[in-house]
Amino acid sequence: MNFFRRGNKAKSAQSAKERLQLVLTHDRTDMTSTELSALKDELIEVISRYIDIDPDAVMIDIAREGRAQRLIADIPLRSTARRRAR
Amino acid sequence: MSAQIVTITSGKGGVGKTTAVASLGIALAARGQKVVCIDGDIGLRNLDVIMGLENRIVYDVVDIVEGRCRLRQAMIRDKRLPELFLIPAAQTRDKNALSPSDMMRLGDELRQICDWVLIDSPAGIERGFKNSIAAADRVLVLTNPEISAVRDADRVIGILEAEEKGTPSLILNRVNPEMVKRQEMLSPDDVLDLLAIDLIGVVPEDQSVIVAANRGQPIALENDSKAGQAFRNIAGRLMGEDIPFMDLESQEGLWKRISRLAGRN
Repeated sequence: MNFFRRGNKAKSAQSAKERLQLVLTHDRTDMTSTELSALKDELIEVISRYIDIDPDAVMIDIAREGRAQRLIADIPLRSTARRRAR
Repeated sequence: MSAQIVTITSGKGGVGKTTAVASLGIALAARGQKVVCIDGDIGLRNLDVIMGLENRIVYDVVDIVEGRCRLRQAMIRDKRLPELFLIPAAQTRDKNALSPSDMMRLGDELRQICDWVLIDSPAGIERGFKNSIAAADRVLVLTNPEISAVRDADRVIGILEAEEKGTPSLILNRVNPEMVKRQEMLSPDDVLDLLAIDLIGVVPEDQSVIVAANRGQPIALENDSKAGQAFRNIAGRLMGEDIPFMDLESQEGLWKRISRLAGRN
């Protein structure tokens, strides 16, 4: 409840900026969030064929650097010990 | 002579392109430059009324391109500044009356006879926009600090980059310093951070813009208008002068930050 109240009182310039950051990222890459999530699923599938990863911990995001966009993937590997134990 | 061709565009309509073209034209001509302003909005002519020249139109840009008149005949001389000219848009023609190659040819011809060609692009990313940027050496993207205008500006910047028109410069128009201070309007810093292009001018919101338009007297002629001063400054920057961003410290405290941000102290 507290969270929502704070959200309402936040200055509108800040929410405009945050909303624009998301919208511009999608506009520039021409990629919807559904497509991004499909990309993530396929990426996990391919990588899993070679290395043991934790699918729930995979982070795929698009980062902005000036006008350039960068696809960032953070893919934690499962520890070898755990793999051997399996 | 070899004119620089500068196109002012925005994506979204109603953000102040026509006012900017008229004001920059006036400000450059007042500095002794020979300037031709072209209204690129075929079917929705407006630069003529903002410049107060609507009663003098005989020929328009389509008449030139289709050979019904000579270039000089369609160049309307300004009432106040003898080195300022307007080439009006055709009013009744369909938008396909002009092509990008027509504009390239017109631009090449104008390059020989003046110092600056300013093109007022229509809103949108269609034919009229493509025509307006075809001959441009430099593009200025104009936006308001409003969410929809900023988004459309980003779209246009992306298209300009894809068409290898180089990275345009930004004019941020209608900034209300009091709203920015209350954090209820995107600040120039915010917009620059989002769009990530160079800033060439910040124009404060100014009621005298509407008054000037009512009279057909471009705002750059009003000496005590803040917006007029902002446009005169942009004209100076186009000419390569290092002019600091306006200090509206008397009104608000954020202008110093803009100057610092743009490294123009």
